[in-house]
Amino acid sequence: MKKVMMVVMMVMVMVSEASMIEQTCKETPDFNLCVSLLDSDPRGSSADTSGLALILIDKIKGLATKTLKEINGLYKKRPELRRALDECSRRYKTILNADVPEATEAISKGVPKFGEDGVIDAGVEAAVCEGEFKGKSPLTSLTKSMQKITNVTRAIVRMLL
Amino acid sequence: MASSDPLLPISAREEDPLSSDVSRSDPNAETHRRRRPVKGLLAVSFGLFFIAFYVALIATHDGSRSNDVKSDGTASRARLAGVSEKGNDGMWKLTGDRNTVSFSWNNSMLSWQRTAFHFQPEQNWMNDPNGPLFYKGWYHFFYQYNPNAAVWGDIVWGHAVSKDLIHWVHLPLAMVADQWYDANGVWTGSATFLEDGSIVMLYTGSTDKFVQVQNLAYPEDLNDPLLLKWVKFPGNPVLVPPPGILPKDFRDPTTAWKTSAGKWRITIGSKINRTGISLVYDTTDFKTYEKLDTLLHKVPNTGMWECVDFYPVSKTKVKGLDTSINGPDVKHIVKASMDDTRIDHYAIGTYFDSNGTWIPDDPTIDVGISTSLRYDYGKFYASKTFYDQNKGRRILWSWIGESDSESADVQKGWSSLQGIPRTVVLDTKTGKNLVQWPVEEVKSLRLSSKKFDMEVGPGSLVHVDVGPAAQLDIEAEFEIKKESLDKILGDASVAAEAEEFSCQKSGGSTVRGALGPFGFSVLADERLSEQTPVYFYVAKGKDSKLKTFFCTDTSRSSFANDVVKPIYGSSVPVLKGEKLTMRILVDHSIVEAFGQGGRTCITSRVYPTKAIYGAAKLFLFNNAIDATITASFNVWQMNSAFIHPYSEEAVRALSRA
Repeated sequence: MKKVMMVVMMVMVMVSEASMIEQTCKETPDFNLCVSLLDSDPRGSSADTSGLALILIDKIKGLATKTLKEINGLYKKRPELRRALDECSRRYKTILNADVPEATEAISKGVPKFGEDGVIDAGVEAAVCEGEFKGKSPLTSLTKSMQKITNVTRAIVRMLL
Repeated sequence: MASSDPLLPISAREEDPLSSDVSRSDPNAETHRRRRPVKGLLAVSFGLFFIAFYVALIATHDGSRSNDVKSDGTASRARLAGVSEKGNDGMWKLTGDRNTVSFSWNNSMLSWQRTAFHFQPEQNWMNDPNGPLFYKGWYHFFYQYNPNAAVWGDIVWGHAVSKDLIHWVHLPLAMVADQWYDANGVWTGSATFLEDGSIVMLYTGSTDKFVQVQNLAYPEDLNDPLLLKWVKFPGNPVLVPPPGILPKDFRDPTTAWKTSAGKWRITIGSKINRTGISLVYDTTDFKTYEKLDTLLHKVPNTGMWECVDFYPVSKTKVKGLDTSINGPDVKHIVKASMDDTRIDHYAIGTYFDSNGTWIPDDPTIDVGISTSLRYDYGKFYASKTFYDQNKGRRILWSWIGESDSESADVQKGWSSLQGIPRTVVLDTKTGKNLVQWPVEEVKSLRLSSKKFDMEVGPGSLVHVDVGPAAQLDIEAEFEIKKESLDKILGDASVAAEAEEFSCQKSGGSTVRGALGPFGFSVLADERLSEQTPVYFYVAKGKDSKLKTFFCTDTSRSSFANDVVKPIYGSSVPVLKGEKLTMRILVDHSIVEAFGQGGRTCITSRVYPTKAIYGAAKLFLFNNAIDATITASFNVWQMNSAFIHPYSEEAVRALSRA
C-alpha cells in the first residue's frame, strides 16, 4: 500500500514538475521550443520564473557563442562577405558582452525591465546581422533560432514585471 | 525567490486530505515500526517530503499564474525595438526600406550623437536621477551610473555640481557598492533637508542576497559645499520589505515631508500582484520607522510602481512649493514610473495628512491608467522633482534612455542622457494638468538669433536658414488663418476626425488633413531624406469644435535599421483666444518639444546618419490640404554647456571658490 502511494506521489510530483514549465511556456509564443529548452536543462525542474528566464538567457549565450564561431569560420570560406561578417561579429559580441550580462544581472536582482531590454536587443542584433547579407545569408538558420529563443525569453521576462 | 509564502501553505495543507493518507498509513507504519522501525520512518518521511514538494509546486504555480503576460505586449515591444512584425518565413523584418544598403555605424556618425548641453557623464551608462538638491550655492545632481560598461549594471551613484543647472562639473562617485546592504547595487534615492539645514539621503540598496532594502546616508562634512563624501549609517538597512511585499518589489524612497503631527513621512512604491501601490512610513530620526496601515494610494492592473514622487503644487501661484507645504491653496501630485510600460504617469489630487492617504481628482485618469496624464509623451522615465529653495521652484529631472541598439552604445562608449531640467507648476488656467518649462538658465546658452514672420500656404516647405542646425532653441507661434478656419468649419464635407486621430496611429507628418499637420522639421538633410517633424495637427471634432494634437514623428529620422523610430504625442489643451505655441530644443541626438507653454511635452531620441554636422538643416512646413498658416518664430544657436570632466585640480579650485 505504501509502495503504491509512493509511486502515486512520485508520478504526481513528476506531473507537477512538467506542469510548472508547461504553465510558463503556455504564455510564450513558442510552447514547444520553450518546453524543450527548459526540460533539457537540469535546473529547469526546480526553477521559479526568474530561474527559467536565466536558463533561457544561458541558451541565448550559448547560441551567440556558436554563431560567433560560425562567423569566424566564414572569413576563410567566404572572404567576399568580409564586411558583413565584420558587422555580424560586432553584433554577436554585443550579445555576449553586453546583452547577456545585463539581462542576467537584472533578472537576478529583480529589475526585470533591464533584462527585457537586453533580450530584445539580442533579437535586434541578430536581425541586423542577417540583414547585412541582403537576402543571401549563410547564417539564416542560426538567426531564426536566436529570434525564436529571444521571443520566448522576452515573454517569460515580462512575467516578472 | 526567497519569499516566505511558499512555506505557509505546507503547514496549512498538512491538515488536508493528502496528509490524511499519511495518517491512514500510520497504523501500518506503527505495525511495521515494531518490526522494522527505520524503514517505516523513512517511508513516512519520504511521503511527507513528496507532499511538501508537490504542495510547494502548487504554491509557486499560483505565484506565476498571477503574472499575466499582456498578450499584445510581445508584438508592440518588438515594434518598439525597431524591428517590425515577423514575416511568413518567421524572420524578423527590419524597419525601414529593405532595399537600403546594409548599414554600419561609423565613428563620425556616432560621435555627432553626443549632446552639447544636456547632462551626461563622460562615458558609460546612466539611468535614474538621484537625490537632486541645492546646497550652499551649488545644485547637486546624483545619478545611477555603471562605471564599467555602456549598458545597465554594477550600479553606483555618480555626482556632479552646477551653479545654474546647465554648466556642470563632474565629481568623484558619491557612493559605491561597498556594504553588504548595497553590494548588488546602490540604487535610486532622494534627499531631505532637516530643520537644521542638514541633509539626509535615503536610497535603495540591493543586498548581497538580492533583497531590496532602504538605507540612510548623509554628507561626511556639511562644511564642504561640494558634498564630496558621504557616510552610510552603520545601522543600515533602516527599512526592509514588510510582510506581504516581495523582496524585489521595494525601492526608490521619496523625499520626506513633515506631517502635522511633526513627524517625517516618506512613501515607497511597490506592488501586490498586479496592483501598483505606494507604502507610507513615518519617522522622527530617519533611523526607525513606523509603517502606516494605509497606503498613500493604489491602482489595480498598473504593475510595479517605481520612482514614486509626491509633492504639493499651488492652485493659484505659479511657483514651486517646499515638499512639506500643505493647506487649502494646495493640491498634491502623485507620480509613479510604470515598470510594465516604461511610462511616467501622474495625477492631481487631495492628500489627507491624518492617515497618509491621497485620492485623485479624476479617478478615470488615475495614476498609471493608460489614459492618465504624463509629464512627457516621448522617451522619458524615472523622473524625480526637488524643491529648489534657491529660486523657489520645483524642478523636474528625467532619465532619457537611448532608442538605438546596444551595439551602437558599446561602440560609442556611452548611453543615456538627462532631460533639460524643467520647472513644474499646476496649470492655473486649466487646473487639470501640470505645466513644465525648461529652466530659465537654459537661455544663457543662446547665442545669435534670427527672427522670422511668414505665411505658409497649404502643402509648403520652407528652408529656414539659420546656419548650423544641431544645437537650436526655437520658440514659435502659429495661427491658422481665419478664412481657412471658417471655411473648413463651415464645410460639412470635411469629415470630423478629432475623435479618431492620434499622433501614434494616424500615419505621421506626411498624412495631410484639412487643418494640419504644420510645424518644423528638425535634423533634416537638404533633400529631407532624413527628418524629424515636430508639429501641430488640428482636427475638426464631431461637435464642430477643434481639437489640437502635438506630435513628434521620428519614423523618418534616420536610415539606420537598428533604432526605434516611433511617432509620439498627445492632444494639447488650447484655450479660447490662445495662439498655438511651441518650443523646441534641438541638441544632436535629443529633441525636446514643448506645446502650448509646456502643457504637452515630447522628448525624442534620434540618430540621423546623413542629417548631421553641416548637413543638418531646419525646415518649416505646412502639410494641410486647405489651410494657410502664419508662423512667427525665433531661432537661437545654442552654445555648448562645456560640461567639465572630473579632475582633482578643478575640484580643488571649486572648493576654494
